[in-house]
Amino acid sequence: MANPTFLGYRRSNGAVATRNHVAILPLDDLSNAAAEGVAALIPGTMALSHPYGRLQFGADLELHFRTLIGTGANPNVAACVVIGIEPVWTKRVVDGIAQTGKPVAGFAIEGHGDIDTIARAAWQAKEYVQWASEAQREPIDLGEIVVSTKCGESDTTSGLASNPSVGKAVERLVAMGATVMFGETSEITGGEEIVAEHMATPELSAKFLEVQRAYVKFIEEQDADLFGSQPTQGNIAGGLTTIEEKALGNLQKIGKAKVDGVLEPAEAPPRHGGLWFMDTSSAAAEAVTLWAAAGSVLHMFATGQGNIIGNPIIPVIKICANPKTVKSMAEHVDVDASGLLRREFDLNEAGEKIMQMVLRTASGRMAAAETLRHREFVLTKLYRSA
Amino acid sequence: MTYGFFVHHDADNVGVAVVDIEKGQAYKGWLMETDGSVEVVAAGNIPLGHKIALAPVATGEKVIKYGYPIGKAVQPIAKGEHVHSHNLKSLRW
Repeated sequence: MANPTFLGYRRSNGAVATRNHVAILPLDDLSNAAAEGVAALIPGTMALSHPYGRLQFGADLELHFRTLIGTGANPNVAACVVIGIEPVWTKRVVDGIAQTGKPVAGFAIEGHGDIDTIARAAWQAKEYVQWASEAQREPIDLGEIVVSTKCGESDTTSGLASNPSVGKAVERLVAMGATVMFGETSEITGGEEIVAEHMATPELSAKFLEVQRAYVKFIEEQDADLFGSQPTQGNIAGGLTTIEEKALGNLQKIGKAKVDGVLEPAEAPPRHGGLWFMDTSSAAAEAVTLWAAAGSVLHMFATGQGNIIGNPIIPVIKICANPKTVKSMAEHVDVDASGLLRREFDLNEAGEKIMQMVLRTASGRMAAAETLRHREFVLTKLYRSA
Repeated sequence: MTYGFFVHHDADNVGVAVVDIEKGQAYKGWLMETDGSVEVVAAGNIPLGHKIALAPVATGEKVIKYGYPIGKAVQPIAKGEHVHSHNLKSLRW
């Protein structure tokens, strides 16, 4: 059976996109003002402001560069203007993004000041917007898409309905040849042996367990009682008893799919297709920013109590099965899976509802988070700066 | 009889209440994987979202949900009983 198609953009390097943004990307905190100045002048551009980029070093600096370059390189970004305080690091990001073949230009503020920089960058941005505005959507095989998935503000309805529904969609996407990424390294504690079982090879299982245990060790070294207090009092009141049970509820999102590899934060999968685990925080905006930097062009987010996260460059679809949340926070919900709890439909049908919303959103339907201007761009910082 | 609880996986020995379950009442459970059903008489009150035992579980035996162990019984659990912190503990600590 042929895969379904969505109407997307195909970039010059063959990558497929669901959005057509012109991004104004500040390299560092100091350059946010100029980036926002450009975005204010030129409609159709978006400034991706963030608080970091100065005096970072080592693995933390590498992650900063990887995340910014990956964000600019994401297929949903048609063209990108990079602004930094000085030219050397700015050029490094521009050169990284340029490898995709897309239009990208960098501007350094030193020796010019904000106003001259804004003027020069705005000229470039204006030309990029006009160029991008001529891109046309075309039918694309859904198997070519790269997506990611996470859950947040979870409750009993997450493990019971929304997560396993996403799991059905993940199984179908992987079977079609699509790339799917998941993560939440710390939240998987208690179920790590099961994720290890899902790994395609024994070597991958060992690598995964090493990454997972390193994260747990890092948290424990901060004297945090994160795991001793799991499940939380709220979880226990809701009916969750053990940490294994909580982790298994989370893991329903990947269904029965095999895991093809373990990725560093913001690392793009080395080949197209399959299910990939990324070492991420479980904080929603941080994790989605990392997946977008790794090339995800659409995110499936399952929630119970109602997490409202969005991302500036990729649509974040909310799937919720809590009958109270879908009423009280209706404007945030894209897929209402609460009918599953009333047996109005089964898991396969719920998975199909999600697949339909993936196709519609990939084709241009704005996700609830996009209509509500949720553009959380949150860089992961590994440790403090020099 | 309406459905009182759902069972994720056919191998599970607990289900999850989707209504507030009352002691002494019989409830039907939906096997979500295979669209089958089971019937259990509640041995206690079980709040929505909490677990009900589908079979007796001896002390030290594993409680299975999603097809995997989620912990072990720390006291004998009767069929239809509420399964939670008082009779189920993590295998990890």
